[in-house]
Amino acid sequence: MTQSSLSEPVPITAAGTNIKRLDDGAPSRIGRLARRVALPAAILIAWEFVTAAGLVSSASLPSPLTVAIAWWEWIFGPRQALAWYSGTWAAYVLMSLERVAAGFAIASVTGIALGVLIGWYRAVEDFCDGTINFLRAVPMTAWVPFAVFIFGIHESAAIFLIAFGSFFPIVVNAAAGARQTPRILIRAARMLGTPPRKLLLRVVLPAALPAIFTGLRVGLGLAWVLVIVAEMLAVQGGLGYALWSAYQFSRLDLILAAIASVGGLGLASDRLISLLAHRVLRWQHGSTGQ
Amino acid sequence: MSTQPFISFHNVHKTFRDARAGRVVRAIEDISLDMARGEFVTVIGPSGCGKTTLLNMLAGFERPSGGRVLLEGEMIDGPGADRGVVFQEYALFPWLTLRQNVEYGPQERGVPASLVRELTDRTLAMVRLVGAETRYPHELSGGMRQRAAIARVLVNDPKILLMDEPFAALDAQTRARLQREVARLWLETRKTVFFVTHSVEEAVLLADRVIAMTANPGRLKADVRIDLPRPRDPTSAPFNEHRRTLERLLTDEIAADGMAAASV
Repeated sequence: MTQSSLSEPVPITAAGTNIKRLDDGAPSRIGRLARRVALPAAILIAWEFVTAAGLVSSASLPSPLTVAIAWWEWIFGPRQALAWYSGTWAAYVLMSLERVAAGFAIASVTGIALGVLIGWYRAVEDFCDGTINFLRAVPMTAWVPFAVFIFGIHESAAIFLIAFGSFFPIVVNAAAGARQTPRILIRAARMLGTPPRKLLLRVVLPAALPAIFTGLRVGLGLAWVLVIVAEMLAVQGGLGYALWSAYQFSRLDLILAAIASVGGLGLASDRLISLLAHRVLRWQHGSTGQ
Repeated sequence: MSTQPFISFHNVHKTFRDARAGRVVRAIEDISLDMARGEFVTVIGPSGCGKTTLLNMLAGFERPSGGRVLLEGEMIDGPGADRGVVFQEYALFPWLTLRQNVEYGPQERGVPASLVRELTDRTLAMVRLVGAETRYPHELSGGMRQRAAIARVLVNDPKILLMDEPFAALDAQTRARLQREVARLWLETRKTVFFVTHSVEEAVLLADRVIAMTANPGRLKADVRIDLPRPRDPTSAPFNEHRRTLERLLTDEIAADGMAAASV
């Protein structure tokens, strides 16, 4: 192992353990940056080449430049009454973000609370386990007609779908984390004076945190899936709505711009939660972040 | 003054069901034992002799199936901060820094913050861990973790220290150093100590009394008083006299155990 590969920030897996990888030699910072951008650059170049050389018609695949121009207009163009594709990008991004944030917040609070209780109290587990496992087995998209029927074409339908969908990975992981609380830590807390009713907060919750963050990450990914589905079918506005409208207008350039937008937001929110996990779980890592 | 012993086991039995083998295991059979305040008692015996079960009953983690375990004449009913346990696996809270681990007990008992700070400072100095306070347990060496585990129970000023093979996972040098530290701490604090080990040398080095146990079922085999001056020299003749006696007792025990196993 080389010095520089050890001094690299080690990626944190979902479970929070550090991985050491084999590495070839000692790549420089710039060398690694070059490797990271190589694949996206190659895809863009190949894409430009295919469209510029006329290997496919521009109607079936727009060039990267066409997409960029459409995206630009979507972001900075003047807002007009009927042209949803002009100047609406920021507003749509905000709508999608708000829905994801609201649904994910509901799912996080309820999922963590119920999950920890399930993992700690056998009675709660017996009570909830069957129901949760049944509901979890239903693909989330199957709930779309139900949600629209109950809530109508309304904000609450989207938030319901997102909250309901991302609830399950969160609750299941929180329960698993709480269930695996080492018995010896429970005993340690008891002999240091913690009464049984406080064990949940003092020991079980912190012991479950790594698993909880795994659940939160999976749940957030699912929240992005569901916001797109909901916006395509159940509500007005947002990136999913833009995707579907672009399809109906046969605007592949806008479809691609919307996809890139969703990808960027999903990636950014995942980084955000990883950062949060890294801070909260710094007791698991090698350095204390000084 | 009453003549009531500080700690006493009265005809204690402990059985549990081994689900896999589908039979009842007699972990402890009819053990009676008294301990005086301030006494350092070590318990040795082959694995499976129930020495940790005895400790767990004192700690309140397990209940006897029969008989009574008393602390100052009171039946032990669950764990409590008056009985500090030091585990072989340290069992520090990994999400708390060293200092927070030590502060945990006083905070749980509602000690005012300024006093918590003072007690923690004093205890960290006593176990020689000043300077490492902001580190998390995984950033500490095994020896430091075990010092921290000792500190977080000492800070509660318990009536008795229960130590369950505390140095078994440490390397020989660290173990020797910590044994000396425990001997020193005991001389300073005169706490009652119930110390489980499988090392005869450790038992003789530290204890006023060594209790030897047999396995299957777990019974008392010998109760040996060690009247050697401290600090003790493991190379001295009287030390090795005790050591030989105890080792012979245990070897008999293990041989008998092996024969019993062979005849099954």
